[in-house]
Amino acid sequence: MAQRYDAVIIGGGHNGLTTAAYLAKAGWKTLVLEKRRILGGATTSDEIVPGYTFSVLSYVVSLLRPEIIRDLELAKHGLEILPLDGTFTPLHGDYLWRRDDHAATMREIRRWSATDADAYEEYGQLMADMARFIKPILGMVPPDPTSIDPRDWLGVLGLGRDFARLPERQQAAFLGLMTMSAADFLDQWFETEPLKATMSASGIIGTFLGVRSPGTAYVLLHHYMGEIDGAFRAWGFQKGGTGAISYAIASAARALGVEIRTEAGVSRVTLTPSGDRATGVVLESGEEIAANVVVSSADVRRTFLQFLEPGILPEDFEAQVRRFKFRGSSGKVNLALDALPTFTTNPGGTEYLRGAVSISPSLEHMERAYDDAKYGRFSRRPYVDIVFPSLVDPSVAPPGKHVMSCFVQYAPYNLAEGALDWDNQKEAFGNVVIDLVSEFAPNLKDVIVEKHVVSPLDMERDWGLTEGNIFHGELSLEQLFFSRPIPGWARYRTPIRDYWMCGSSTHPGGGIMGANGRLAALQLLKARKTKVA
Amino acid sequence: MTVGTAFHPRTAPLNEHLQWRTWSGFFAASAYHDSHVIEYNAIREAAALIDVSPLFKYEFRGPDAVRLVDRLIVRDATKLTPGRVFYTPWCDEHGKVLDDGTIHRLDDEDGAQVVRWTAADPQIRWLRMNAHGLDVEVRDVSESVAAVALQGPLSRAVLESATGASFADLRYFRRRRATLAGIPIDVSRTGYTGDLGYELWIPADRAVEAWDALVAAGEPYRVRPAGMLALDVVRLEAGLILIEADYTSAIHSHIPSQNYSPYEIGLGKLVDLAAGDFIGRRALVAEMAAGGPPRRLVGLNIEWPEIEALYAAQGLAPYAPPIVSRTPVPIFAGGRQVGRVTSTGWSPILKKMLGLASVGLAHARTGTRLAMEWTVEARRGTVAATVVDLPFFDPPRKRA
Repeated sequence: MAQRYDAVIIGGGHNGLTTAAYLAKAGWKTLVLEKRRILGGATTSDEIVPGYTFSVLSYVVSLLRPEIIRDLELAKHGLEILPLDGTFTPLHGDYLWRRDDHAATMREIRRWSATDADAYEEYGQLMADMARFIKPILGMVPPDPTSIDPRDWLGVLGLGRDFARLPERQQAAFLGLMTMSAADFLDQWFETEPLKATMSASGIIGTFLGVRSPGTAYVLLHHYMGEIDGAFRAWGFQKGGTGAISYAIASAARALGVEIRTEAGVSRVTLTPSGDRATGVVLESGEEIAANVVVSSADVRRTFLQFLEPGILPEDFEAQVRRFKFRGSSGKVNLALDALPTFTTNPGGTEYLRGAVSISPSLEHMERAYDDAKYGRFSRRPYVDIVFPSLVDPSVAPPGKHVMSCFVQYAPYNLAEGALDWDNQKEAFGNVVIDLVSEFAPNLKDVIVEKHVVSPLDMERDWGLTEGNIFHGELSLEQLFFSRPIPGWARYRTPIRDYWMCGSSTHPGGGIMGANGRLAALQLLKARKTKVA
Repeated sequence: MTVGTAFHPRTAPLNEHLQWRTWSGFFAASAYHDSHVIEYNAIREAAALIDVSPLFKYEFRGPDAVRLVDRLIVRDATKLTPGRVFYTPWCDEHGKVLDDGTIHRLDDEDGAQVVRWTAADPQIRWLRMNAHGLDVEVRDVSESVAAVALQGPLSRAVLESATGASFADLRYFRRRRATLAGIPIDVSRTGYTGDLGYELWIPADRAVEAWDALVAAGEPYRVRPAGMLALDVVRLEAGLILIEADYTSAIHSHIPSQNYSPYEIGLGKLVDLAAGDFIGRRALVAEMAAGGPPRRLVGLNIEWPEIEALYAAQGLAPYAPPIVSRTPVPIFAGGRQVGRVTSTGWSPILKKMLGLASVGLAHARTGTRLAMEWTVEARRGTVAATVVDLPFFDPPRKRA
């Protein structure tokens, strides 16, 4: 006799697992169903080359909510985040190295431009203030703008009041952030090309936009939020690869009584005959599982168009789901190395490789990389964000060997020849990346043991990331806050009763935050309690 | 004049920002790198070398070496057989703690017992005074023996690679001789980090050679030098007390409340009142017979959201100082002060603000909620702090 669950979660990524853990903590009998053989979704590690553990997709963590770490006691379950310090931008004959030592960084920038160094100070101050202003939103359930429940509006009103209290200069900066391109915004402050280009990069990650596209300035801020989080430091690596974050959450969830099944892909969500309420799921194997609530951590397109029969959803809702922009724009090149590569011009030692190495010599480089993508080509000279996690966490490679992770943009899902042509172009894509990095680190090819390239098509096929978008949908302004994923449906509910969402397609968006999973669970618990009462 | 330790020729060039403090008259690095958090991570994730040479080290040699130990420490020293190491406090005749350290039973030599005694403060006078009538020689070897702590989950791999010997069988709080790059050394499975780790006791005149060998063997494991700031964070996570921060030595106390019995600093479980006489035993028997001392050492989980709220109240983003504070801070119950928080610091791994505190017995039970003073922008506030069990962080690899 099949058992009945209080909740079934579709997808064992970090958000699905977080939702499950919080529900189980409240006493719910909860089951997580993961399609792949390993947990984690895009928050995953795999020993693809023997002895080398790759953080196959997502590779750094900044925004994982500390309240989740505390609530679920994740440290006990193996969560150990190690800081990633600094950013090294190699150039031909020079470099720009921003590091954890503020004064040293200022001296380094002054070497390029004395006024930029002063501006850097001011800019940092302003962004910290902006981020503090906007940050409460991350931990807040987005209000329903159509709701008349005044309690929902308190948060928004609070924000409005805070905005009115900001000094005029900050109000102006805020409006600039909301409307300008990353390049234009940074041009107001700085003149040093490698500095602007490297900073602009965080405005485009996970979007199909260029550094000169309006709206990308806000994304700068979105990524800045992790950095001001006081004690929580900036970007970091998870010990053992990002997959270990998922394993830690899974371990906490199991300890709370959650049942987790892998290789258990869901084919569809079952509904009542009238089609207005979810009753459980059917697995790809045909097995039926009954549940009081079904929560999908898959992206919005899968949640509504794959797991439900066509025609169930209200027409306009379904149309909006179809319009939700994915447009994956990035790929990964993971390398197993015999030794560290040497960048031709470097400050000595290996400390400069502890942080990120950013191939972003100029704004023009960044924008030209986008030009290729606009016409369905992967960038011939892409932006590459490189990290060597083995320098901080030796456990991911054999002693003395290294792992090199290259996040590459742009790798448009929709190639001119069609997305399926990625299988033909992947090899060339990987080589373009290695060739480009080799311009700065000529011995790279000599130290590569093996390479592993992930195309946006791979992300879609192997991880269920629609169109290979790493954030379950672009982090563009019109797809954030109370418009994420669908205007009016930003509160983790769906038009189908007892069918909920908790993945990165929901507020507050992608990245290894877990906030989506936590907020969804809290909303769901609140809703059910209200109903019981 | 402050001098360098035996490792100074190697550690000095590594200290990128010339961040030194003094420790018993020696230069000790506060941090070597841009941030001590890098070193903290080396201790918790890879391996780190910490120069602990400034510890005071004494050698007892003679047929009564163990009897002298037994006379001094609160534990049953007759169990201190060759190869074993005890962590213990020792007391004055009033049962008040003078110091705490590790006592190592070395291998017997020419039929004589040999003991290595480590201490934070100079002890030679106390040790010799109490050796009266015993057949034992007490020597100060502080300067002739250099000491480096090799700590972290990969410390065993580094040690095995450096010595070519297996250390899988050297259990927690055991020691044995080893050879490192041709240098005879002593290795103890001890440390002040609460992690897997070893302390290496090395002839001072060969310290530099030993350092080089460890660094060479440690390179593939990303071994790093670590300073006192990182050490302070890990020892707090491990719930390990620090003299002159979490308690005052009876040598330095001026008033009765500055005197601590072992029961007041979390070391009561080490006291073996049944195992023969030791200095301070009679006082401790009397103290326990009277119901035990009125205060206890406890671990505190200081509620971070409340700290955030104090910052938010002033329109500021929350800030957790990355360095452990040793400034004592009052702690309250029902508006009345019931003790003091003696070490306070942020645990990067637990994402919690931790404290060690000395509180009244009535408030020492696990789960008790207290209110601790917390100052933001020189404005006083209080935040909730819950009494929790120690250690805060206790990975299985520590003993594995």
